[in-house]
Amino acid sequence: MFSWSRFAAILVKEFVQVRRDRLTFAMMIGVPVMQLVLFGYAINMDPKGLPMAVVSADASPFTRSLVRGLEASGYFRVVAQPATQAEAEALVAEGDVQFVLHLPADFSRRLARGERPVALLEADATDPAATGNAIAAVQAVNQSGLDRDLSGPLASLRQGPPAFELRVHRRYNPEGITAYNIVPGLMGVVLTMTMVMMTSIAMTRERERGTMENLLATPVRPFEVMAGKIVPYILIGYVQVVVILVAAKLLFRVPMVGSLALLSAILVLFIAANLAVGFTFSTLARNQMQAMQMTFFFFLPSMLLSGFMFPFRGMPGWAQAVGEVLPLTHFLRIVRGILLKGNSWDAVALEVGALAAFLVAAGTVALARYRETLD
Amino acid sequence: MAEPDYAIEVEGLTKRFDDKVVVDHFGLRVRRGQIYGFLGPNGSGKTTTIRMLCGLLTPDEGRGTCLGFDIRRESARIKREVGYMTQRFSLYEDLSIAENLEFVARIYGIARRRERVDAALERLGLARRRRQLAGTLSGGWKQRLALAACLLHEPRLLLLDEPTAGVDPGARREFWAHLHELAHEGMTVLVSTHYMDEAERCHALAYIAYGKLLASGSAEEVVAGAHLATWAIEGEVAALATAAAALKGAPGADMVVPFGSRLHVSGTDAGALAASVTRVAAAAGLRAAPIEPGLEDVFIHLMRRTPEPVTVAHQAGG
Ligand SMILES: Nc1ncnc2c1ncn2[C@@H]1O[C@H](COP(=O)(O)OP(=O)(O)O)[C@@H](O)[C@H]1O
Ligand SMILES: [Mg+2]
Repeated sequence: MFSWSRFAAILVKEFVQVRRDRLTFAMMIGVPVMQLVLFGYAINMDPKGLPMAVVSADASPFTRSLVRGLEASGYFRVVAQPATQAEAEALVAEGDVQFVLHLPADFSRRLARGERPVALLEADATDPAATGNAIAAVQAVNQSGLDRDLSGPLASLRQGPPAFELRVHRRYNPEGITAYNIVPGLMGVVLTMTMVMMTSIAMTRERERGTMENLLATPVRPFEVMAGKIVPYILIGYVQVVVILVAAKLLFRVPMVGSLALLSAILVLFIAANLAVGFTFSTLARNQMQAMQMTFFFFLPSMLLSGFMFPFRGMPGWAQAVGEVLPLTHFLRIVRGILLKGNSWDAVALEVGALAAFLVAAGTVALARYRETLD
Repeated sequence: MAEPDYAIEVEGLTKRFDDKVVVDHFGLRVRRGQIYGFLGPNGSGKTTTIRMLCGLLTPDEGRGTCLGFDIRRESARIKREVGYMTQRFSLYEDLSIAENLEFVARIYGIARRRERVDAALERLGLARRRRQLAGTLSGGWKQRLALAACLLHEPRLLLLDEPTAGVDPGARREFWAHLHELAHEGMTVLVSTHYMDEAERCHALAYIAYGKLLASGSAEEVVAGAHLATWAIEGEVAALATAAAALKGAPGADMVVPFGSRLHVSGTDAGALAASVTRVAAAAGLRAAPIEPGLEDVFIHLMRRTPEPVTVAHQAGG
């Protein structure tokens, strides 16, 4: 028999409990707001204004006009004019530019002669989603790029086939295989999720079960507790990495052109950074439920703003700024750079520095939050 | 360093939680080698006091030393020399008995760890159960394990917070025999309890209510210090109930407490009490005789006499 009174007893109790658990309450409001903002405003599947370097051996009205034409499409923004190929190469490797436009020395001369010269547009195609629309826009420039400049004796070139060829070269991921981009990124996502979750529970569990009091009554130091709790998870993290790498190789045939040793070394930093976040959460959360909620609250922007699910350059400035703070953002650049582009230490050093800075900051907060007393 | 006479010496200890004074200018001196009983009703501040003694809580006011170390500044030293047994079982339920002890041994950096753990298991009769998970132990065994764990690093002072709560009488007796052995070897023990028989086994006692120390000294001193007169009334059960009702509020009869088939009536005004008791007993046809007040009479009297401190009401969730 259904009893309204018994039903009401449970109902009232649940309301009281939810109201008292302020964090849960805040999360119930906070999560939808965050999702609305991130999905509604931050994410843009059609990134524009992508940074481009121009390596021009031919400064002429034609080449300037070609560059203007590309910029007018809205997809390209010239941010560098390196003098040498090597410099341009470094810019692509470090991810400072998404495209490099190569203009050969005799471009204008051959154009004037009607020889249809070739300009090469190199694209960093590790993330096919980021470059797809821009590359499509190139075709339009191909058609109309120089029409205005072709006047006087050259006006005849306006008719017929385009006066030059803009050849696109997709680097690192020429076939635009999404898995090449996703699978290495997944490594970072999986590590973020599990590492933060594991450690955020690690301390709250001690507190919830009452074992914290015993631990605090011993001479053990905060750093010893933190290090002792973190190291096992670093090992677990490595096991996850191996599983993902093997799957990437065997199932998805993801190219691995860079140094796995370098990647392994950087992984320690990334894993430790996430563990420090988890440790900080576990000093804030009063129970395991709250720890899980905080983990989720960290995980959501990590997924959405790091460039894992959506092109980083498609996001508005504020979202990119948030993204820059997250360790996953930097790790994604590193892991994609090493595996797909074959980046060496020099090309990833800056991102590694960002990870290290995050680790120091999160570790400091965690240790400062750790209470040696029950006060 | 010369050993101080007192293992614990604190004064003026005060602790507040959100403006609520939980321990109020508490002072205590415990001689080395003593078993010191710490009594008081639930919520009177025993656990909070013990936590301040071993550096788990920072006192808001007051000062003091444990084993000669300052409780504010030298809590790291105190932690190394003190064995603290928490009120709630606080070892790892998902570790076995032996694993728990090994954990503790490592934390304290104990030399010859295996040997010491084996010896501790042997001494406490836990050797056969060494592989059993701590979470599956009964109350009495958990208590043995917890004691073994806090003795492992050979502390000089034991702080035991209601160690025998929920433990059967046989196991309690063994436990206390063990405490006396330890004290005999020079260990100082501060033990909180609700059991009167345990209180009587202590060398000295302190009674706390609402965070205030109300009495301290040996059991005899505490009883004598209360200046309490007690009468026992015996007889037919129904008549006892009538007498109890009649004595409530009678001059001199501050407390009327049933003890099985007897009634204990106590008060500080011995003359008025005697008059009231004899009058009521005679009327109900009961026997009445003055007796020595017991510790329990004294404690109940002490608690009643102390008004509950007025605090700003903190509503749940408010
Ligand atoms: N961390 C805390 N925060 C707020 N109040 C507390 C806290 N710890 C204890 N109290 C309160 O302090 C009082 C004394 O508690 P306690 O020292 O545990 O008493 P006892 O051990 O004598 O039963 C109780 O009213 C308790 O509710
Ligand atoms: Mg207590």
